[in-house]
Amino acid sequence: MTNKPVYNIPIGPIHPALKEPILFTFDIQGEVINAVDFAPGKVHRGVEWMGMRRNPVQIVHLCDRICGICGVSHTLAFARAVEQIAEIEVPERAHYVRSIIAEFERIQSHLLWAGVAAHELGFDTLFHLAWRVREEAMDVIEYLTGNRINYGIVQVGGVRRDFTEDQFPRIRKALETYEGLVNKLVTLFLEDTTIKLRCMNTGVLTEKDALELCTVGPTARASGLKMDVRADAPYAAYGDIDVKAILPDVYADCIKGDVYDRIVVRLFEVVDSVRIIRDLMDQMPAGPVLWETRYAKILSTCKKAEGEAIGRVEAPRGECFHYVRMNGSEAPQQWKVKASTYSNQMSWLKILQGEQIADIPIIVASIDPCMSCTDRVTVIRDGSPDVMTKDTLHRLSVEKTRRLQA
Amino acid sequence: MTRQALSAEQIAETLQKTGPKSIKDVKIKTWTEGQKKTPVASIWLRTTGESLIATIRAVIDIDYPHLSVISGVDTGDVVELLYHMQVFHGMPGAEVNITISVPVPKKNLVIPTISHLIPGAVYTEREKQEMLGVTVAGIPDPRGLFLPADFPKGVFPWRKDETGIPEGMVKSLYASGRPEDRPLPFVKPKEKMVKKSEVCAVDAVAPSEPDTADASQPEVTTHDE
Repeated sequence: MTNKPVYNIPIGPIHPALKEPILFTFDIQGEVINAVDFAPGKVHRGVEWMGMRRNPVQIVHLCDRICGICGVSHTLAFARAVEQIAEIEVPERAHYVRSIIAEFERIQSHLLWAGVAAHELGFDTLFHLAWRVREEAMDVIEYLTGNRINYGIVQVGGVRRDFTEDQFPRIRKALETYEGLVNKLVTLFLEDTTIKLRCMNTGVLTEKDALELCTVGPTARASGLKMDVRADAPYAAYGDIDVKAILPDVYADCIKGDVYDRIVVRLFEVVDSVRIIRDLMDQMPAGPVLWETRYAKILSTCKKAEGEAIGRVEAPRGECFHYVRMNGSEAPQQWKVKASTYSNQMSWLKILQGEQIADIPIIVASIDPCMSCTDRVTVIRDGSPDVMTKDTLHRLSVEKTRRLQA
Repeated sequence: MTRQALSAEQIAETLQKTGPKSIKDVKIKTWTEGQKKTPVASIWLRTTGESLIATIRAVIDIDYPHLSVISGVDTGDVVELLYHMQVFHGMPGAEVNITISVPVPKKNLVIPTISHLIPGAVYTEREKQEMLGVTVAGIPDPRGLFLPADFPKGVFPWRKDETGIPEGMVKSLYASGRPEDRPLPFVKPKEKMVKKSEVCAVDAVAPSEPDTADASQPEVTTHDE
């Protein structure tokens, strides 16, 4: 075993399926991964730099476009930071509108991820099912905001559109659909022998590592870290209702921090989100949804504001963090965006170590719901590059599934 | 180990008592949202580069923090680094955000690494090195992170002085032309187009090869007629 030569395998950087292309470098000995390295930044667009030359109302719409899946999380985090600096009091109803959209976003994001995970394992029937039921959440988001992505609903000081009473039946219909699906999804994902074989004890992240590597969201929670911004530091309407961090022990007996636990956490978060939306709809107060409807006044208030603040939001993938400093000019003096994947990427170094090439797709995908897997891999053997496509990697993964089934 | 949550005031007091003497400007801010107006506290404090490690140690003694990110601001003569972290995470309503602000003079842009205390900090420290030009002393992985490999040396995107992004990099980009040192994209060589009429003509000349589909085509049509 030890006599086997170590091969260096770069993966990436172009991955059309990812929101963030990334370059992986694996040191492979036989089938086993010895070491991992990655280089992000293949789509660095300088959003922060652009923001520091724009006013807060413009940045709100720039934030919408940071991520295609977390359309509301970044905007909400930024708006919260600016509101704290300018001491703008957001109307109560706006907090509820923000939270309901954020929860629907969590449902669609987790289901998208669940489908991708199933596809990586070669379980394409489940992939199609997960993506079909995801459409229900997308339809509701479109019905409420006008867009499937880039909702453009959050504004500094509130939200730009209100929900009306006659829209509630459509929301309730979607919630009932998901409530009826819960048992089916849990059976299909968590009781399936093949998924158990492939995901249990794969890509393990211990609680200590999860804490020291600063992981967030479902990745941290699957390792047993009880960390959820919605519960720990309540924002928007989450302080008014009961929110608890979902740990894998809601389903399994013990917390292992493997890929299976990450599936458990995300699936049960979908269940919890449905409950949260119901609670929010029941308690939704009446009233305005925007602190000030004249944009000129919002702008002039932001322009006068001086100070610094942090806006934190629990995005589907974990903590989304915005730091803003205003110094009495139109544009912020400093704006730092920290997306959830920023915190979670370091964990790849640990969870991929000692695993097999065939497990790369599912483990890489396991920390990030958007990340499907690799598009193209170049294998360098004896100095001559040999292109391994995503299909080959996917085939390796499917073959492993079949081997285990036999 | 059972964790006992402390209030923001208690944390601030403990930090001033057990932490280094350089901790100053301790401020506690509270912000409320929602109908119940649930308060969320954050502590903002200043320290110096020399006592950064001691300050982080003092925070770890209270509770092992979750480091969100390190952000930085160019304020003229100094680059201010802000270490954002949360203690008592996982305790509903008890989480307190701590922001440690460290001014680093531009004359000597060096800050010690905190990655031996919080291993996950390497990632954000690498970003600070390339975005602000700060040297993180003792960083285990000094490579760049987000900027491309051919990004000009000595340009730091977040700086607001002469080392920031120059006009030429963002204005009149059309004038800069295509970089010449990069390989050209692969272009598939064009296949030789063979006109249909030519194929027929060839068949007419050489009828001894009836294997090709094209050759048999005209025959079939004639039979139908």
